[in-house]
Amino acid sequence: MSTENEMSRRAVLLKLALFLNGIVGAALAVPIVRYLLSPMIRERKSGYESWVSLGGLEHFPAGQTRLATYRNPIINSWDGETGNIACWVRNVDRRTFQIFAINCAHLGCPVRWFPQSGLFMCPCHGGAYYQDGSRASGPPERGLFQYQYKIEDGKLLIKAGEMPTPGRAADATREGPRCA
Amino acid sequence: MRLIQKAADWLDLRLQLGAPIHEMALHQVPRETASWFYVFGSAALTVFLLQIVTGILLALIYVPSAGEAWNSLQTLNHGISLGWFIRALHGWGSNFMIAIVLIHMVQVFLFGAYKFPRELTWILGVLLLLVTLGMAFTGQVLRFDQDAYWGLGIGASIASRVPIIGPWAVSLMLGGPIIAGATLSRFFALHVFVIPGLLIAFVGVHLLLVLKLGINEWPMPGRVVRRDTYVKEYRELTLKQGVPFVPNAAWKDILFSGFIVLSIAACAIYFGPFGPGGQPDPTIIQTAPHPDFFFLWLYALLSFLPPSAETPILLIGPGIAIMVLLLLPLVAGEGEKSWKRRPIAILAILLIAVTLGSLTHLGEHTPWSPVMNAWSSEPIPSAYLQGRTALERGGALVFQAKQCHNCHSLDDKGGRRGPALDSVALRLNADQLIRQVIQGGGNMPAYGKNLSPAETTALVAFLKTLRPAGQEPARDASRAVALGASQAKPRQ
Repeated sequence: MSTENEMSRRAVLLKLALFLNGIVGAALAVPIVRYLLSPMIRERKSGYESWVSLGGLEHFPAGQTRLATYRNPIINSWDGETGNIACWVRNVDRRTFQIFAINCAHLGCPVRWFPQSGLFMCPCHGGAYYQDGSRASGPPERGLFQYQYKIEDGKLLIKAGEMPTPGRAADATREGPRCA
Repeated sequence: MRLIQKAADWLDLRLQLGAPIHEMALHQVPRETASWFYVFGSAALTVFLLQIVTGILLALIYVPSAGEAWNSLQTLNHGISLGWFIRALHGWGSNFMIAIVLIHMVQVFLFGAYKFPRELTWILGVLLLLVTLGMAFTGQVLRFDQDAYWGLGIGASIASRVPIIGPWAVSLMLGGPIIAGATLSRFFALHVFVIPGLLIAFVGVHLLLVLKLGINEWPMPGRVVRRDTYVKEYRELTLKQGVPFVPNAAWKDILFSGFIVLSIAACAIYFGPFGPGGQPDPTIIQTAPHPDFFFLWLYALLSFLPPSAETPILLIGPGIAIMVLLLLPLVAGEGEKSWKRRPIAILAILLIAVTLGSLTHLGEHTPWSPVMNAWSSEPIPSAYLQGRTALERGGALVFQAKQCHNCHSLDDKGGRRGPALDSVALRLNADQLIRQVIQGGGNMPAYGKNLSPAETTALVAFLKTLRPAGQEPARDASRAVALGASQAKPRQ
């Protein structure tokens, strides 16, 4: 066997070895990518949202807007306080409620309710909303995010579990009606 | 002494590093580059080394868990001997590092050092700037307090605006449906493993290129860079008037680095560590989230952009800025290096500095945010109440009770979201005041539904008194004419 042939045989073997490593790499990449994307895949499969109780209706007097807190339905034991989420509950007329996310529709900062002037104000970039959640002024492009709600056994339940963001306004976070 | 020499020889026979290190230390650099203008790169590297050391020291105590991170920071501050000092060194080191990297970049830009054949050095420098800012942002998250929590919310809200993939991007960034343990863990992994790995790799190649291509010579007006002649010219320059890097240039690098580390330590001792602020409990909403100093300009920009322009500018702007920086040396790789012959370069630097400076200044004072407690903590100046009627004083009460003070200042106290009202009666007459209060407009909410007619009357009566003494209030000049005309010519 000539030296040239020997060389080319080795070269082929080297290429084969590299090719095999490529296959191994690709095979390993699949579980790695899937592991990395798991927060997205899970959301797609079952969804993060479920019904959460905010407590008895007696905590939310008619005509008032009050702060309520709940424990997020999907949580790990090491999440600590970050698993507690706040929201604003507006009892419109005993039968109708509006439950607003705490997050400003601009960039997610916590809005505060001022009953005297009937406004929600955001401390970050100065967004303001009327009592029905519709945009009053400032940078937000829309009204406050709202949760779906239902009343069972005298308790107020909302469909929650995911932080609302401007691009992620699912059915549970539709826009409040605009103030006339 | 002989023993040390013997040990060194033993090691060098195996490592064979002595000769390359010797060569590196004594390599010739143009005489003028042994200058105080050339010390910022090595200072940035020194601060980075300090960050690695202090970062490892912090990791001995810090717990990257959403439930425990804040407590472990408290322990570092108060429970561990000199833990506060290590935190302060790391925090101030981060600020100094960004500042020095920016100064280094400006110097390199003004000295034309990005031109041929050092284009790749500049491109790596841009990547280093990006990863340094990435370290600053992720580090701010690891200081897991209220600012960090709501800062993540802002990041998620921006990410969610990316068309189509926005919602998925948010889940990927947060590691789940909400800001929680998974979020902190992934920012910890980024801050401690991924980004430092990139930083070390980029710094390595960046330094290698500086050694291989030689330090940029002092720019002389009229000495123009041409691709086909530059390398030869540079070699002649270093041969003719070169000096060995050690000690001629190195002593300034070393002295300045030492001065910087000393300054960081002085700031750390004098000002102490940064935070942590309030607990990262999202149900505590009495908070005004604020980004760290180097992101204040962005915070200010976000409140000034018109809503319709915000998403496109947020998503496209950074991409364009990064592309401009990356492409700069490829587009302008030849020509004059001296800033004396590059007026546009100087104007660009001035424009960017003034823009970022003004936005940062605004970001510190947040004139766009309502002062959330002004209505209950800032009294109306007594001068505005003396000698007023009961109705006018009642109006002042409405002004406080309806949180007008949160957005409008009186005597420089209160919010600056809306205009100061010290002389509003000079600008608006009674009808205009009523209209503005009830209908809002010009970025003011409408108060029609939340004020009774009596309250509106009182409020407007108070507002009408707000004018400097001796100046006439605004009036509708056509009103008298219109009324006079209608009296003269009664309707038919």
